[in-house]
Amino acid sequence: MPKFKFLDDVAIADAAFIAYGKTLEELFESCALATFEVMVATKGVKPEQKEEIMIKDQNLDDLLFDFISELIYLKDVRKIFFSKFDLLIKKNKDYKLTGTVWGEKIDYKKQEIKRDVKAITYHLLEIKKSGNSWKAQVILDT
Amino acid sequence: MQTKKIEEHIWEIPVTEKEGMRVPARIIASEKIMKEMDQGVYNQITNVACLPGIQNYAYCMPDGHWGYGFPIGGVAAFDLKEGIISPGGIGFDINCGVRSVRTNLSFDEVKPKLNELMDALFRLIPAGVGSTGFVKLNTERFKEIMIKGVDWCIQNGYGWEEDRERIEQGGRIPGANPDKVSQKSISRGMDQLGTLGSGNHYLELQVAQTDRVFHPEAAKVFGIDKPNQIFVMIHCGSRGFGHQIATDYLRVFTEAMRKYNIQILDKELACAPFNSPEGQDYYEAMLCAANSAFANRQVILHKIREAFSQVFHKSPLELGMHIVYDVAHNIAKIEEHLVNGVKKKVLVHRKGATRSFGPGHVDVPEFYRQIGQPVIVGGSMETSSYLLVGTQKAMEMTMGSTLHGSGRTMSRGAAKKKVRGYELMKSMEDRGISVRAVSMSGLAEEAGIAYKNISEVVEAVDQAGISRKVIELKPIGNIKG
Repeated sequence: MPKFKFLDDVAIADAAFIAYGKTLEELFESCALATFEVMVATKGVKPEQKEEIMIKDQNLDDLLFDFISELIYLKDVRKIFFSKFDLLIKKNKDYKLTGTVWGEKIDYKKQEIKRDVKAITYHLLEIKKSGNSWKAQVILDT
Repeated sequence: MQTKKIEEHIWEIPVTEKEGMRVPARIIASEKIMKEMDQGVYNQITNVACLPGIQNYAYCMPDGHWGYGFPIGGVAAFDLKEGIISPGGIGFDINCGVRSVRTNLSFDEVKPKLNELMDALFRLIPAGVGSTGFVKLNTERFKEIMIKGVDWCIQNGYGWEEDRERIEQGGRIPGANPDKVSQKSISRGMDQLGTLGSGNHYLELQVAQTDRVFHPEAAKVFGIDKPNQIFVMIHCGSRGFGHQIATDYLRVFTEAMRKYNIQILDKELACAPFNSPEGQDYYEAMLCAANSAFANRQVILHKIREAFSQVFHKSPLELGMHIVYDVAHNIAKIEEHLVNGVKKKVLVHRKGATRSFGPGHVDVPEFYRQIGQPVIVGGSMETSSYLLVGTQKAMEMTMGSTLHGSGRTMSRGAAKKKVRGYELMKSMEDRGISVRAVSMSGLAEEAGIAYKNISEVVEAVDQAGISRKVIELKPIGNIKG
């Protein structure tokens, strides 16, 4: 199963993708990787610097929105593209996401950089479980 | 969806077309543009027409296309008491806008030095992902910029006194409150002042087309006084600072919707009553981003003036580098408009749409009051851009609004499949457009084939009478983030 595929005809000025995962953690990791694939060829991004992440929300849509927003924020503040993600999502009353993300300093000489991502949107945002796997549709503002 | 023609170039979708529409929707377009219009626009503009407190109509301009929440090209005004404010009606890039600058130089003078000039501009103006500006700020100084906008730049040597009056609202919108922006948005945006960004943002060198002057009187006021004069255009916004403010408040508003029991048809249309603590907080934070975007374009202009000065060994003043105008095309502002024949203050959202105030309007600088407010319409990097002026008819028909650019018709992914960056660059160079791009794939995504025909969309607003063409500007150099 591919981790994600881009949808060319969904968001004309922006970037849309569907991401997949056998678990919720895998799904969120696929969404993160797709987000950075919009910005850079992630295969060329070395996982050499790490950041810890912790997010709590009442529902999955908001959890994904806040998780991707956090990565976009860290990209601008730390000047890092992320390419490796190790997450844990637990649900008690709320959803809680914790994890580590790895990446490399933004470098036009070393990386194949495409374009910036400004934000994740709620437009047509959807997270679904079908059978034994998870699927999410995401539109990014670029 | 059923549309009826109201008059030439103005179409209406009646309230009977969708349950919940409070006002009809109106699209400004020629018959051809209407036929080719993205179907998502009809759905999105009628969703906007359902929002509480909307006044007159939900409008879409001819460069309209599918966005998220509002369509790009969308305009909607709301009652200040009963109405809402929505980040989805402004966009993540708050006060994305365009600035046009004239010079005394002719194409013949620039041509032999074009490459040198492009290199200097590319060197002095940071572009692309992760770039940082030369202005070193701390939180206190950044907060000053949020309040003072262009005034801060002028006070700190990054602009001329006269620049102020050639920018929408003087480049400083009152009401900005830095206490309403998060620490996150401050740390995300603080080192980005004076950077171009990426995507469709650009810096362009252009030649004013002497044989394409449509309004000689306005062209003269714009400072067009010799054949083939060189112009500069800047297209960018509030960078990460604005993106973070929009992200923060979108989350606040998803909660506020439950609190105020507002029903919407698309989660991206999340909104809050304008007259609520959440609505007011966002408005005051949004204005911080708006003022910082004016400052961003000002600092970039400072560097452009420096680059020209280095290459042509004359001061920017000797080179006549006066701003023509600077417009915001992603913003919400309190303005006075006619609602059911009565003047009242409303909150006008423009998302990919430009203010188009007509002659005599008190908010148009005296300099331009006879001819109307300058409107700047940026084309794709392969095609022309246009300068226009606002009209009285825009005040009557579209709440003083018009188009903002050519409008995409093809997704970035689809464009990239059809065009390769290096080939496009070579083909543009062959056609006399010098290119500097930080990313070849980013360049391909912005290919001209991905956009509507700029002349057609400009013609539509000219024919509809909501702004009037002044002159066409042809690109000779493009710097892409």
